[in-house]
Amino acid sequence: MSTALQDPRVVESPNYLNQEYGWRSWLFTKDHKRIAVLYIISITVMFFIGGLFAGLIRLELLTPQGDLVNSDTYNKFFTMHGIVMVFFFLIPSIPATLGNFFVPMMIGAKDLAFPRINLLSWYIYIAGAIFALAAIVLGGVDTGWTFYTPFSSTYSNTFVITAAVGVFIAGFSSILTGLNFIVTVHKMRAPGMTWGRLPLFVWANYATSLIQVLGTPVVAITLALVGLERAFHIGIFDPAIGGDPILFQHMFWFYSHPAVYIMILPGMGVISELVTCFSRKAVFGYPFIAASSLGIAIIGFLVWGHHMFVTGMSMYASLYFSLLTMLVAVPSAIKVFNWTATMFRGSISFDTPMLYAFGFIGLFTIGGLTGLFLATLGVDVHVTDTYFVVAHFHYVMVGGMVLAYLGGMHFWWPKITGRMYPEGWGRFAALLVFAGFNLTFFPQFITGYLGQPRRYHAYAPEFQVLNVMSSAGASVLGLGYVIPLIYFLWSLKYGPIAGNNPWRAKGLEWETTSPPPTFNFEKTPVVTEEAYAYAGQSTHEKVELT
Amino acid sequence: MHSIPSVRTYVIVWAILTIMTFVTFYVAQINLGQWNVVIALLIAFFKMSLVIFFFMNLKAESPLTKLFAAGGFFWMALLLGQTFIDYVSRNWMPLGKMW
Amino acid sequence: MEQQFDSATLGMWVFLLTEIMFFGGMFCAYMIYRSMYSEAFASTSQYMNPKFGAMNTAVLIVSSLTMALGVRAARMGQQKALQMFLIFTMIFGLAFLVIKGFEYHEHWVDMKVPLFGGHWDYSEAPQFARQAQIMFCFYFFMTGFHALHMVVGVGLMTTILIMARRGVFSKAYFTPVEISGLYWHFVDIVWIFLFPLLYLIGRTKQLI
Repeated sequence: MSTALQDPRVVESPNYLNQEYGWRSWLFTKDHKRIAVLYIISITVMFFIGGLFAGLIRLELLTPQGDLVNSDTYNKFFTMHGIVMVFFFLIPSIPATLGNFFVPMMIGAKDLAFPRINLLSWYIYIAGAIFALAAIVLGGVDTGWTFYTPFSSTYSNTFVITAAVGVFIAGFSSILTGLNFIVTVHKMRAPGMTWGRLPLFVWANYATSLIQVLGTPVVAITLALVGLERAFHIGIFDPAIGGDPILFQHMFWFYSHPAVYIMILPGMGVISELVTCFSRKAVFGYPFIAASSLGIAIIGFLVWGHHMFVTGMSMYASLYFSLLTMLVAVPSAIKVFNWTATMFRGSISFDTPMLYAFGFIGLFTIGGLTGLFLATLGVDVHVTDTYFVVAHFHYVMVGGMVLAYLGGMHFWWPKITGRMYPEGWGRFAALLVFAGFNLTFFPQFITGYLGQPRRYHAYAPEFQVLNVMSSAGASVLGLGYVIPLIYFLWSLKYGPIAGNNPWRAKGLEWETTSPPPTFNFEKTPVVTEEAYAYAGQSTHEKVELT
Repeated sequence: MHSIPSVRTYVIVWAILTIMTFVTFYVAQINLGQWNVVIALLIAFFKMSLVIFFFMNLKAESPLTKLFAAGGFFWMALLLGQTFIDYVSRNWMPLGKMW
Repeated sequence: MEQQFDSATLGMWVFLLTEIMFFGGMFCAYMIYRSMYSEAFASTSQYMNPKFGAMNTAVLIVSSLTMALGVRAARMGQQKALQMFLIFTMIFGLAFLVIKGFEYHEHWVDMKVPLFGGHWDYSEAPQFARQAQIMFCFYFFMTGFHALHMVVGVGLMTTILIMARRGVFSKAYFTPVEISGLYWHFVDIVWIFLFPLLYLIGRTKQLI
């Protein structure tokens, strides 16, 4: 990151990257931007580890027989894939990286409310990741990322406690990040930055933080109880002495359903930023998008039973949860309509971030609509525990969230690093990701509907063609992920120097240098214009810096 | 910053809390069937409110802080309530047992 | 400074919110089982010592009083009073832990500790043995996590006391005292609920 200094053409302004050098300045930093970079590196590593397990899964599923590995090992593959991807990639991803970097800047603050707690968050994440990796190295876990009892608490012979401890610890990282964001957004906005002028990315991260703070402790105590049961052979969830495995599921899903909103809401925040910038137009229905973020956060806590329709939960509870799950689709749909309306009559450019945004809107819509199929009790009975569910959640989590993350990374890369990535390669990789993703997961809707169960290392021979397509798609998707990794790293040394605002975007983060100075702004900004003041505005900036 | 209760207020609150503790203890001896739990919890809620509003000075805090405090309890109620609807309704109609 | 105080207090309230949900998870599971196995749970009440429980409740309430008085002293810049109240709070906190230790010892002697698969004997009412085991699990987990939070609290108080003796606090700056106080009161509140739920369940018993 110091290589720009070697370029004789460039006199680099002091920024958060070159202000201090050495490993101590990074590992003991209090700067939210450096912490964000630490997170970017860590979650990228975890992403590729999770992806490795995905590759192994798809490799096994090339053939109908369970011939690559035995079923126990396969169970470990999908468990580790799930645990790593959910808890160590998706949950932290946007909040800990782009959120950490940009929430303070977007509100005109110098840093988060509690910078040292922010650093502590990262260390806690690393500690959790070490436990998770230890579980992998020691031999893996085979309970599924859902840790259902009594298999996880009594019968599994794998390293459940190690993995559960890893997740437990990572949960605290999540809680502290959420706490930090909540207090920051309430207490540290610059003069003139009212709630109604906040970028929607900030609203999205705020809503996410509420979920993190309210939900994560419950999964923490639930996993602690499983660990204790496993260690001490006592029976809270063991039916043999009167325990109730369904209670575990209630407590687990109380967090894990809102957790999926932790994963998607920040992504939606990114899309709001991308769609406005690349349509050169103010967002349509700002209050509705802001309110819908809160709506998703709140309603998201009322629907968890839809994961438990076939477990033996009462029919009345099932009806309750089914109905409310229909309701939670409404705020998400509001967002999709508003983004579409934003693009209408906008001046659209097809830069890489916008390609990802388009991909998100389409794929998230498919994922969301199939969620409604699953919310419908009658349909769910048939497709639950099949690949239909797997396809649904990958459409929202990968087609939605990962695309939003990549879009956001491309959008803000020049701001974070001061370098531009190669646009041609960016578009190519985006198309690869889109094509590879659909090839991987659309066939799974079909095989799932036709009956292929999930979490099985073998399947009926008639599904082979679709599974081969899926595995082929996974290779393309994997390539689509590796290419940006390569050119992002390449751009650090060879990418063209980006100016302060290469996208001519609105937002306080673009008013400062790329990369930003350590304290973000020369002087505290005073905000006088609304968010997304794009179309119809003069070219003169209206943000006054006092 | 905001106002703080007087020593007198604190001591009075403490006295009430201690008295209510003994009330809880003695009421538990009287057999009121199902109401024992209800009364014990009601007293506990009352004691908690005293601690929150006076010792923790929530009374003088901003509406935002009060909202967060209330939110915490509301959310716990969501956890308990929505889990209970399953257990309470499991034996309502035979239809439910067909699963 | 005001903004920092406000931020710190809001931050502590948000943290306590997470603690409500953490203990709330255990309360939820406990209440479910209690409603499922009310007879078995009621049968355990004879092995609980409500006198110790009530004494502990009173001890914690007094410690909350001294804590609140300590925060008040910090606000008014009264250094000696602050230190005195902190010490009293810690003493009461430790007293709580000592009484708890006695109780745990009693349970051990009575063979009511279903951990490590052993040290459990419910032959007095064998029809309830399995479910009573669940009850005692919850008893140890809930009081155990609570005691853990108490230990952290005493540690916090120690830190604050050391800072107070170094003259860190004044009328203008007492934020750490304030937020440690909030934490301490919260731990008291958890116990206020644990006491009736764990000790006073079941049919009328001869408690005295």
